[in-house]
Amino acid sequence: MNQLLQKYPQEIQTILAKYPADRKRSAVMPLLHLAQQEPGYITKQALQEIGEILEMPITDIDSIVGFYTLYHEQPGGRYHVQVCTDLPCALRGADEFLKQLCENIGIKVGETTPDGMVTIEEVKCLAGCHHAPMFQVQGDGDISYHEDQTVESAVELIAKLRDRKEAA
Amino acid sequence: MSTYRILRHRDIPNIASLDVYRAEGGFEAFHKAVAGMQPSDVLNEVKASGLRGRGGAGFPAGLKWSFIPNNLWPHYVVANADESEPGTFKDREIMESNPFQFLEGLMLASYAVQAHDAYIYLRGEFWQIAKSLDGKIAELEAAGLLGDKIYGTEYSLRLHTHLGAGAYICGEETALLESIEGNRGQPRLRPPFPAVYGLFGKPTVINNVETLANVPGIIANGTAWFREQGTEKSPGVKVFSLSGCVNKPGNYELPLGTTFRELIFNYGGGLPEGRSIKAIMPAGASSSLITADDRALDTPMDYESVAALGSALGSASVIVLDDSVNVAWMVSKTVEFFKHESCGKCTPCREGTYWMSHIADRIVKGDSRKEDIDLLNYVARQMQGKCLCALGEFSTMAVVTGIEQFREDFEKLQRS
Ligand SMILES: Cc1cc2nc3c(=O)[nH]c(=O)nc-3n(C[C@H](O)[C@H](O)[C@H](O)COP(=O)(O)O)c2cc1C
Ligand code: SF4
Ligand code: FES
Repeated sequence: MNQLLQKYPQEIQTILAKYPADRKRSAVMPLLHLAQQEPGYITKQALQEIGEILEMPITDIDSIVGFYTLYHEQPGGRYHVQVCTDLPCALRGADEFLKQLCENIGIKVGETTPDGMVTIEEVKCLAGCHHAPMFQVQGDGDISYHEDQTVESAVELIAKLRDRKEAA
Repeated sequence: MSTYRILRHRDIPNIASLDVYRAEGGFEAFHKAVAGMQPSDVLNEVKASGLRGRGGAGFPAGLKWSFIPNNLWPHYVVANADESEPGTFKDREIMESNPFQFLEGLMLASYAVQAHDAYIYLRGEFWQIAKSLDGKIAELEAAGLLGDKIYGTEYSLRLHTHLGAGAYICGEETALLESIEGNRGQPRLRPPFPAVYGLFGKPTVINNVETLANVPGIIANGTAWFREQGTEKSPGVKVFSLSGCVNKPGNYELPLGTTFRELIFNYGGGLPEGRSIKAIMPAGASSSLITADDRALDTPMDYESVAALGSALGSASVIVLDDSVNVAWMVSKTVEFFKHESCGKCTPCREGTYWMSHIADRIVKGDSRKEDIDLLNYVARQMQGKCLCALGEFSTMAVVTGIEQFREDFEKLQRS
């Protein structure tokens, strides 16, 4: 039984309708986004199920997952706090911001808090350079921007994220 | 009335709502076109306006549309909302705050080439913007502005959003098409060009968000109005994204041909107390560096003048470097970016960006050998002209011009 189809019948119909009927494969990215919403990463089962829906080889889907940075192949924290340290942000103190943030939370870049809630990552430009330091939070099927941050405001936000129980 | 042409939300509150946008003249251009103009009239009007692509290359939009052949169907239009060049954040503001103007531009472009389906390719991080645009598109369908038999004519049009998932290369138009088709986002060999063999192998127009947002004004107010701003060869206004070492980073809508000095000092509030300007990167991380002397500062920001300085205006993402910034460090940041973003399809770029990043890192960490500066320069020069797409070329710009103009910054970091 295809759980993805069962869980999101409406969403999947809407996605498939966007592309020509003989070009189903185009739906692979939106379906991967959908499949990642709840578990926070792409499960082996999701690969199978997307392959079935799109009549597409699993190896092709796998190579797409590997190509794009927003798809996660492994479970990480429920929330990915992704701090931009690209040039324009770095000119406004992003490297130091990330360093202090990590020290405050007590984990290194790429690591997850012991409660499994938050992974801190370093990413490239997010089109928010005028509001550096900034980061995005990916998790619970959403991506939100947090701009003009201080170490204090970021620490506070991370504390709130770690307190969350159910998916919003 | 707004003094802005693109960032009109800055003086029209709530222009992101359909009612307000329409009350301000929104969709009059689309109505005028669909109900009263031939597609070729719309195309010719845009051609005559001289509107140039705002996504980087500055290619004339109307001319690009005219390459679409009328013996191959269907046609597609794709809006490039990938906005991933470091230092660029203008399309995001347009889509967040004045979305209908962008959508109307996309609809006009679609009408001009008689496309019945158009796609908006957004970088994956623009998740919330995509959701919001989906809502706006649904409103337009409900209002009869999208769908079948628009304004009672035979014309039908549907818009679809498509989210990327974190890959700068997908801003390159053929990689973008591959990405929509459900493949890895790697550039195609050209020819054939997208105008003939584009999305799903069909003739396709690809334009940047800001380019499209200029179109409603041209159709509503005419070419003469459009040309009141800007220069003869670079007409109209541009949204400049100003970032880095300035007091007021942000987007500034100004006529093309405004000088760097005006942007940085009048609008951007100049540099922090006690700092002086050292260099300018006019096109984000892909820039050839410009040493910020008086001649450079007084250069008008239009495509020709910036090119005459040995650089390029690109998407006009102006990054300012002050005297506290070491250029070798800056180069290590840009090559690290390109190493991360190289799609790996061709060897010179995949290996070249890896080696440049490795060597630049060594220099910045103070572990380099004496010959490393020349080696870095050599690797960059070896890549030039050998890469499949422009990303490879872009990755060498800051390296070569940085070493040329500020070699002492690299030497300073070397052990004596
Ligand atoms: C590596 C690379 C990245 C690019 N990124 C973008 C981008 O994020 N947004 C964009 O509009 N154009 C980008 N471009 C330019 C596009 O390929 C294309 O020229 C542009 O979308 C055409 O639209 P325009 O004529 O309206 O500017 C990029 C090009 C390259 C080579
Ligand atoms: S130049 Fe770089 S980004 Fe472009 S196709 Fe080659 S490897 Fe990919
Ligand atoms: S450099 Fe950080 S958002 Fe652009």
